[in-house]
Amino acid sequence: MAQPQMRRPVEHFLDNKKFLHPTLAANYGNWKYHDRPRPGVLHHVSNSGDQVWSVRAGTQRQMDVFTIRKLCDIADQFAEGRVRFTIRSNIEYIVSDEAKVAPLIAELEKNGFPVGGTGNSVSMVAHTQGWLHCDIPGTDASGVVKSMMDALYDEFKNEEMPNRVRLSTSCCEINCGGQADIAIVIQHTKPPKINHDLVANVCERPAVVARCPVAAIRPALVNGKPSLEVDEKKCICCGACYPPCPPMQINDPEFSKLAIWVGGKNSNARSKPTFHKMVASGLPNNAPRWPEVNEVVKRILMAYKTDARPWERMADWIDRIGWPRFFEKTGLPFTKYMIDDWRGSRYNLNASAHIRF
Amino acid sequence: MAKKPHATPMLDQLESGPWPSFVTGLKRLAQDKDYVVDLLGHLEHSYETKKGYWKGGTVGVFGYGGGVIPRFTEIKDENGAPKFSDAAEFHTIRIMPPPGMHYDTDTLRKFCDIWEKHGSGLIALHGQSGDIMFQGCTTENVQKAWDEINEMGFDMGGAGPAVRTAMSCVGAARCEQSCYDEAMAHQKVINQFLDDIHRPALPYKFKFKFSGCGNDCMNSIQRADMAVIGTWRDNMKTDAALAKQWFAKHGMNELINDVVSMCPTRAIQIKDSKDVRSDAHISSVAVNDSQSLEIDNKDCVRCMHCINVMTGALAPGNDKGATILVGGHSHLKIGATMGTVIVPFVDLKKEEDYEQLVELAQNIIDFFAENALEHERTGEMIERIGLVNFLEGIGVDIDANMVNNPRMNPYVRTDGWDEEVAKINAKKAAA
Repeated sequence: MAQPQMRRPVEHFLDNKKFLHPTLAANYGNWKYHDRPRPGVLHHVSNSGDQVWSVRAGTQRQMDVFTIRKLCDIADQFAEGRVRFTIRSNIEYIVSDEAKVAPLIAELEKNGFPVGGTGNSVSMVAHTQGWLHCDIPGTDASGVVKSMMDALYDEFKNEEMPNRVRLSTSCCEINCGGQADIAIVIQHTKPPKINHDLVANVCERPAVVARCPVAAIRPALVNGKPSLEVDEKKCICCGACYPPCPPMQINDPEFSKLAIWVGGKNSNARSKPTFHKMVASGLPNNAPRWPEVNEVVKRILMAYKTDARPWERMADWIDRIGWPRFFEKTGLPFTKYMIDDWRGSRYNLNASAHIRF
Repeated sequence: MAKKPHATPMLDQLESGPWPSFVTGLKRLAQDKDYVVDLLGHLEHSYETKKGYWKGGTVGVFGYGGGVIPRFTEIKDENGAPKFSDAAEFHTIRIMPPPGMHYDTDTLRKFCDIWEKHGSGLIALHGQSGDIMFQGCTTENVQKAWDEINEMGFDMGGAGPAVRTAMSCVGAARCEQSCYDEAMAHQKVINQFLDDIHRPALPYKFKFKFSGCGNDCMNSIQRADMAVIGTWRDNMKTDAALAKQWFAKHGMNELINDVVSMCPTRAIQIKDSKDVRSDAHISSVAVNDSQSLEIDNKDCVRCMHCINVMTGALAPGNDKGATILVGGHSHLKIGATMGTVIVPFVDLKKEEDYEQLVELAQNIIDFFAENALEHERTGEMIERIGLVNFLEGIGVDIDANMVNNPRMNPYVRTDGWDEEVAKINAKKAAA
């Protein structure tokens, strides 16, 4: 019998030349400086004298085709049919005629796309997939993000922070949302509940044992069936066993909490890059709008906004004022769970007489 | 017209407020598609019960071993039949975006048409992996959608233990701080590893990210197995007109507080213009009639702060290239690791220079494929075997730029010391 004809894929990663705005293509690698005439607008000047204005607007990241077509209509009308996206799912329109900037902004805002996210603003949250599509999610990042950006709408549209603020949200401790000035990450608080009837058929047991960072999982016979057991005294509730073995259910409607981390910085500007640090946990997974998370994020942001000096990122600010004052100013409790006991933890302790009074 | 929508009282609450709502977008799609009607029901069920209900499986396209993320519903009735039957399969296709994520509207409209026809009509621009995520497709339609997307010239992204989709910043296309052609590096490297992207056979994932300067807009140090970060070796450039313009607007207090005192290595001083040193490694620029900024480029670590503040007045030099760091990854399994320097400077001015970058990447991936344990990232592998073993394996010489400081413990066997010193001296003599 004849096999059905299958199309072979064309394996090639394309370049971006044909997608560039014509003024960007003409001035590739030849830019001189930029400034920001207003929040949401970058103005770049080339050594050739050419200029472009980039207008940045927020989107909901996962977009229906009608939204994308509307964004395309706007690009065709104002921006010579070209757009680009930032790493935080903001869309950017590039125009070479300053007179187009104001009407372009008006058109975006009329259609519900907030213009902002530049400079010292709170940009859109980098986030993960969540209940909509992920196979291991503890929460729905899209919903958390929508609620948070509603609350931070004015901070997106204005540049009133000491320096830029970058947020992320992750639906499990793998932290796919990434390091950020403020990160919201699921923190499980109970060991996995094991469905012993399924383990033998679904999981490659040695691989699951190997995944555990604290060697808390071992093979066991349960009710006469090969399964796995968890030493619950050792378990750190990280959820690493769950992806390779879904019968080790780690997500729990009550006991999967949200934690807040601060001070992650990817840039090398001033200090070397830093990882974010846990400053709050135990917040309820309170869909659909997560008010408790919003409240803590806002509290941290307002303390930073009030107290940090110009150009201090969250990490730089805390570096100056010290952690005790961070907890004082935000009103967040400093608990024993924030004292690191993982490998390398002694480097996170204060080995000095440096105390701020 | 699609079937009657499910009641979604929780999701409805995500339609209020000023930020664009993905729920509103889904509801719009649900007007025409039973698929999305049931997807909304499925998601509402997650919101009610606070749990996810998708499980993985095996779905792919002809010729490739990865790139499709399969999802099958776990919300079943008592007979094991899917409760939201029209959305029982909700696979995602990962597609690599062009470097810098630039598009023309013709391309985006074609994506929409394809995904409206074969998929849910929901597209994420972009996922955290850097991919265009075509979200929501049945097993039957994956191949059809893929064939049309591939015909447009786009290729599939990575998933599983494979080289993954890379990311590059806007870079040379629109940024004066760009120190190399990020898009060219991105394209050349990825085209070298298409086989490793499409046919997962590595110990675990391997990610490249390309940032044009130390601002590292792609988060490459924290997230990439191999981070390529633009830098320069010669003196910082200055522009007197822009410096005076900046000073006129911001004044001496801001110059001191925001520029001079924030330099991490104290490389910047304010001097009377007549006292500025004229050594070969000094950059200087007058900010008014009598005073200048003096920058000692030997002390500067190319952190980008002063350039960020005084854009154009201060700028990267001309001898441009990149610093390469290896080993960034998130928590699992040993805790998050930052990438660390393995090559302080690689020249990236001529097109041939980029071939050397590709060659280095190939050596690293070959070593990783041979030596990493299953499910071990490069950062974890290097932690296990030590940086020196890794460097010897890929044929890269050690350099004092690779450490914060030399070792702080005596637990090392040093009986090869004299030979090492002799080798270093021989190399110096030969140079």
